[in-house]
Amino acid sequence: MRMLLVEDDVEVARFVKKGLMEAGHAVEHAPNGRDGLFMAASEPFDLLVLDRMLPGGVDGVRLVETLRSQGNKTPVLFLTAMTAVDERVRGLKAGGDDYLTKPFAFAELLARCEALGRRPASDAPATRLKVADLELDLLSRTVTRAGKKVDVQPREFRLLEHLMRHAGQVVTRTMLLEKVWDYHFDPQTNVIDVHVSRLRQKLDKGHDRPLIHTVRNAGYMIRAEP
Amino acid sequence: MPAPFTRQRVMLVLRSAGLRFALLFAALFLLAGLAFSAVLWWGTAGALDRQTAAAIRADTTALMERWRDGGRPALIEAIEARLAADIEDQTLYLLLDREGTRLAGNLETPPAQADTDPAWFNITLAREGEPSEARLFRLDLPSGSRLFVGRDVAEKQRLRALLTDALALSAAAAAFFAGLGAWLLRRALSQRLAPATLTAAAIASGDLAPRVPLSGRGDEFDRMGETMNTMLDRIATLMEGVRGVSDAIAHDLRTPIARARAKLEEALSGSPADSAALRSAIEQGIADLDGVTRVFQAVLRIAEVEAGARRAAFSSLDLSPLLEDAADLYLPSAEARQISLETEIAPGLVMRGDRDLLLQAVANLLDNAVKFTPEGGSIRLVARRGARAIWVDIADAGPGLSEADLPRAGTRFFRADSARTMPGSGLGLSLVRAVAVLHRGELHLAEARPGEDPPGLRATLRLPA
Repeated sequence: MRMLLVEDDVEVARFVKKGLMEAGHAVEHAPNGRDGLFMAASEPFDLLVLDRMLPGGVDGVRLVETLRSQGNKTPVLFLTAMTAVDERVRGLKAGGDDYLTKPFAFAELLARCEALGRRPASDAPATRLKVADLELDLLSRTVTRAGKKVDVQPREFRLLEHLMRHAGQVVTRTMLLEKVWDYHFDPQTNVIDVHVSRLRQKLDKGHDRPLIHTVRNAGYMIRAEP
Repeated sequence: MPAPFTRQRVMLVLRSAGLRFALLFAALFLLAGLAFSAVLWWGTAGALDRQTAAAIRADTTALMERWRDGGRPALIEAIEARLAADIEDQTLYLLLDREGTRLAGNLETPPAQADTDPAWFNITLAREGEPSEARLFRLDLPSGSRLFVGRDVAEKQRLRALLTDALALSAAAAAFFAGLGAWLLRRALSQRLAPATLTAAAIASGDLAPRVPLSGRGDEFDRMGETMNTMLDRIATLMEGVRGVSDAIAHDLRTPIARARAKLEEALSGSPADSAALRSAIEQGIADLDGVTRVFQAVLRIAEVEAGARRAAFSSLDLSPLLEDAADLYLPSAEARQISLETEIAPGLVMRGDRDLLLQAVANLLDNAVKFTPEGGSIRLVARRGARAIWVDIADAGPGLSEADLPRAGTRFFRADSARTMPGSGLGLSLVRAVAVLHRGELHLAEARPGEDPPGLRATLRLPA
């Protein structure tokens, strides 16, 4: 993916750029809002990672608003040091697609970037999702593994659907909470882990090849290869 | 410098609200006096006019009788008799013959308006040097002579003078009472406002403790004082919140930061060959820092909720599916420890609030319940609609809280002794309490099963519907 990082803090920018490049992405960096806007408007990018507060008169929200008013639909991930919940709402309202609060774990940033950048180009709904011998039918809402039906509860179905839509990508616990449960809050304990491990048990029962993998210090990934 | 001081005082008095009120009332008094005098004037003067006209008419009729009976000499005689009998010198007569020669009466000259219509008119005449007013009636006799009959109406003038005097007097009285009223009102106002002013001044100089004393009369001033006190309480709460955050940073963040620092330093001074130990130390350090971040965010979140600004973003929501979601979220965690989680959630619990915060509150309570309930125990989540509020009740089978700890639970960083070994920051219940207060509700903690061992904890959220 080709990404543009607009971040004024030199150390954070260096760390994020290095990490994203190690993960196989091309990253351009702009140190202020004005340069960022110029680059984002003149070159094609798959994803913009914007700091919310930027020097140079153009802050993150202004930058996105300007781009969106020009019909530019490049996905935007906001980084911010502001924790107030209203800030998240304001960023998303301006046209941002996702939001991450500093300080963050790099794995969380990478997972979110990849989820945003590889979103299906069209919103045409797929009716079947498939990973290895696991199939998920969105119309009849059934799950089969190797042709055998697996009984899952509605919430587990949605959890699995989200993982399968992002097959091969890391999905973090907070992302699952936001996308599957649709709540923004901080669970004090590992509630999500318990849900995933229960789903994993149901799927892997009687099969020797696990499909849902735990990615250390990051989250989960569903993939065919072990 | 006495001169500017006096001017300042005068300006102060002129700007006083009491003076303005008093002036307004004085103007109202005067207007009322004027209106009253006008009514009195029209009433009495009109009656006098009618009375005079009737007297003149009766007099004329009687004189006509005399003329008809005895002709001109009898008329002259009658007029002279009447003039002689009129001691108060109120009546006026004049009889003129065809040529205009005066035959009888006390009017020296025929009035100027003698030849004009109508028959009734007013004249002014000099009586004993004083100008006076009179009302006259003209009657043309068939013989060609003219008879004028009139009455002095000085009475009316006296009445007018009386009313004018009365009005002037009442204006003076109104002005006097206005002045007195202004002074009294100004004094009363500044006396009643003095406590509020003094309190505000004390607070402005940095002492947040004083409150406006109330007179107990329940009047406007008391209501203003109450409003001010409510405002001051709110400010004090906010100040306490800020202080809480700084205390938290001072005490509870210092420890984990110190721990992380110590670990990293230890790793640095250790053997450089032991890369596994170094790695584990760094991982521990990152985990500690994440813990610090989490506590930090929780403290800021509580402060944000307590500040009440999020009320602006409230929307209408159904609590029932939200509670189902919360139970659904914690069910696997409970089942993993063989704890049964029963729910009894009434449908359609509609209220206004913040969805994410309410879920966070219920999640914190469920989290505690799962954490403290021993394996094989049970948790009950009951939600129902009361008369004016929605009640959410979460009862666990844990050790509960001691009598001494119950009121302290929910204050920042409070952790019961029995919970010291459990993971947690001591902020969960603080946030629940803050969320409840934000929704103008409350969090109540009690024993779930009084008398039993363990008693369990019942956390009840009351949320106004």
